[in-house]
Amino acid sequence: MSERIPIKKTYKLFLGGVFPRSESGRTYEAEGQNVARASRKDVRDAVRAARAAQPGWAAATAYNRGQVLYRLAEMVEARMPEFAELCTGRDEVERSIDRIVWYAGWADKLPQVLGGSNPVAGPYFNFTVPEPTGVVAVLAPDDPPLLALVSRVLPALVGGNAVVAVASEQRPLAAVELAEAIATSDVPGGVVNLLTGFRAELAPVLASHMDVNALDLAGADGLAPELERLAADNVKRVVHGSPDSQSPWEITSFLELKTVWHPIGR
Amino acid sequence: MTEIDRTGDRAPAPADWTYAPAPESRDVVKLRERYGLYVGGEWLEPSETYETISPASEETLAVVGQATAEDVDRAVAAARAAFENGWSSLPGSERAKYLFRIARILQERARELAVLESLNGGKPIKESRDVDLPLAAAHFFYYAGWADKLEYAFPNRRPRPVGVAGQIIPWNFPLLMLAWKIAPALACGNTVVLKPAETTPLTALLFCDVLRQAELPPGVVNIVTGDGRTGAALVEHDGVDKIAFTGSTEVGKAIQRRLAGTGKKLTLELGGKAANVVFDDCALDQAVEGIVNGIYFNQGHVCCAGSRLLVQESIYEPLVDKLRRRLETLRVGEPLDKNTDVGAINSAVQLEKIRELVESGREEGADIYQPPCRLPEKGYWFAPTVFTNVAQSYRIAQEEIFGPVLSVLTFRTPDEAVEKANNTPYGLSAGVWTEKGSRILWMAQQLRAGVVWANTYNRFDPTSPFGGYKESGFGREGGLHGLEPYLRFDG
Repeated sequence: MSERIPIKKTYKLFLGGVFPRSESGRTYEAEGQNVARASRKDVRDAVRAARAAQPGWAAATAYNRGQVLYRLAEMVEARMPEFAELCTGRDEVERSIDRIVWYAGWADKLPQVLGGSNPVAGPYFNFTVPEPTGVVAVLAPDDPPLLALVSRVLPALVGGNAVVAVASEQRPLAAVELAEAIATSDVPGGVVNLLTGFRAELAPVLASHMDVNALDLAGADGLAPELERLAADNVKRVVHGSPDSQSPWEITSFLELKTVWHPIGR
Repeated sequence: MTEIDRTGDRAPAPADWTYAPAPESRDVVKLRERYGLYVGGEWLEPSETYETISPASEETLAVVGQATAEDVDRAVAAARAAFENGWSSLPGSERAKYLFRIARILQERARELAVLESLNGGKPIKESRDVDLPLAAAHFFYYAGWADKLEYAFPNRRPRPVGVAGQIIPWNFPLLMLAWKIAPALACGNTVVLKPAETTPLTALLFCDVLRQAELPPGVVNIVTGDGRTGAALVEHDGVDKIAFTGSTEVGKAIQRRLAGTGKKLTLELGGKAANVVFDDCALDQAVEGIVNGIYFNQGHVCCAGSRLLVQESIYEPLVDKLRRRLETLRVGEPLDKNTDVGAINSAVQLEKIRELVESGREEGADIYQPPCRLPEKGYWFAPTVFTNVAQSYRIAQEEIFGPVLSVLTFRTPDEAVEKANNTPYGLSAGVWTEKGSRILWMAQQLRAGVVWANTYNRFDPTSPFGGYKESGFGREGGLHGLEPYLRFDG
């Protein structure tokens, strides 16, 4: 009896809730696999998918967003061995899962911590609420491949934004695995889009894209100054995210504050 | 008996009837002929100068400094020295006392500053007296109270001052914008180099005398006057840790580009093209007042002005009729007259920009209405203007005019109103007029803008965060949130 030949995975992009190859037909080799090498057109398609999906995600109740993100933690937990092989090991996966759960819990608490009513000097009711900034572009750091991506994507996500993330260039497989977990976690299609490819090729397209609201340069390395310059074209919010932090202030980087006034009277 | 007394108050007024002049006295303001740059608590003689005028009469009011890069360098050095030699380590409770002093002196000298504001900027005295000055004082009072409570505003984050803040402010609310910038910066333990707008330096220079009376330590606040070159020198200076800019989106983008890769903190409060959305179930007369306040307040020189009126189709005609009649009652003219509603356009440059955009509105096919009003011969003036039949693509519906010009568009459904309201790169403010509570809250959610006024417009308060979405900038001024741009966090 010969040994069974296993089915190998094709590593593709995650775009608009589905897994296409790069429209360019290109791949590059990373971690011993042929990985999709996204094109500038893929970036633009991803931004369109994110823009289309964002209002629905933001309009979901905070309770629902929290539940969906908690479900994501469940999905990652269920793939523990696979993830452990694709990053630095089990410890990184556990920390990533715990971080997802931690952020999931913020969904319905943010407005109470970040907003409130303002005691204006006049007969007006005035309150301030945090709202998502819109579409957030994330350049994930190379390492650690899973935890850094989770640390950058979750703060944007929990606030109601849609995300286009460029995965670790050297170690992209954990990101593709995460995409599969996201696809099975009730996160609406297009809310998270994960691209693999060459950062130097893709980052400027995101930085200069007029329909991206915020740019996280966590993995930008030497590209950062030029990307910051491009980001000014539409006054993007530029964030220099840390690859390993867990804080509500990471969420606020991707939020706007809206203040509403209304008169008080009989 | 006069003619009017005999005919009684129900008779139509004679055609040439007008209010008697009610001028506010200029005597309270004692201007020097020449002002230097306020650096390190002293007046520095500038190497270059220019004349600052009254836009209502074109008379020269004073000669002021055009600060060079070297002058800016001295100001930054003075600010750095003050930061390191005591100000940043002064207990918050002591910093607060200086801010309280400034607030009180602003109240005491309110009339003097209000008259000067109207003189140099062209805004009606009733606005500088009733809005700018009280709010400027209130800002200092509000942030004074935060100076020793920062740990409660940002628990577990160990807030620390940023260092030297470079602040560049516009000409539409000169002293109020100064207060918005300086009060939170000082409360957080920073020192400041502030550049007033080129056309309106005088209240900032008089404010230096307020600082003298408050005995603020030298170098904590430095004022450098000049045009865009002075601002650029401040932005580019390596010794500045944070830039706060209020002004046009174009200049804001240039600043953001210039600061790329420097690691300096930045907040931008930029332009706007706010939609003021009026539903058919609104209180119509109140809405008309809100529309007028929204666009003609301060000659429309307001970044959050309600410059795009979106009217539900079913009330379009009665609303525009009422609006036209209301416009006829607006009094345009001498800023120092207490009856004036609309004052002078701030500068010849701004007047030219307004004229150019209004001309584009005519050419693109919109219908223009201007009430009959006599404009003074000298000075810079523009009659309150309403454009109807405006398409979304017209420049007057897309570009910030920053003048007393309203563009009227219509909509049928709430969804269409939201779509049109958000159809702009800006996102600073918006207005909603409806008596239906659930619709107010729904609209407030849908509008992509940092400030939403429902059944009111153009309200400001030091406790209320202000700032934009999208290309209207980032960061908030006012409220607890207005502290954050002036702090760094160790926790």
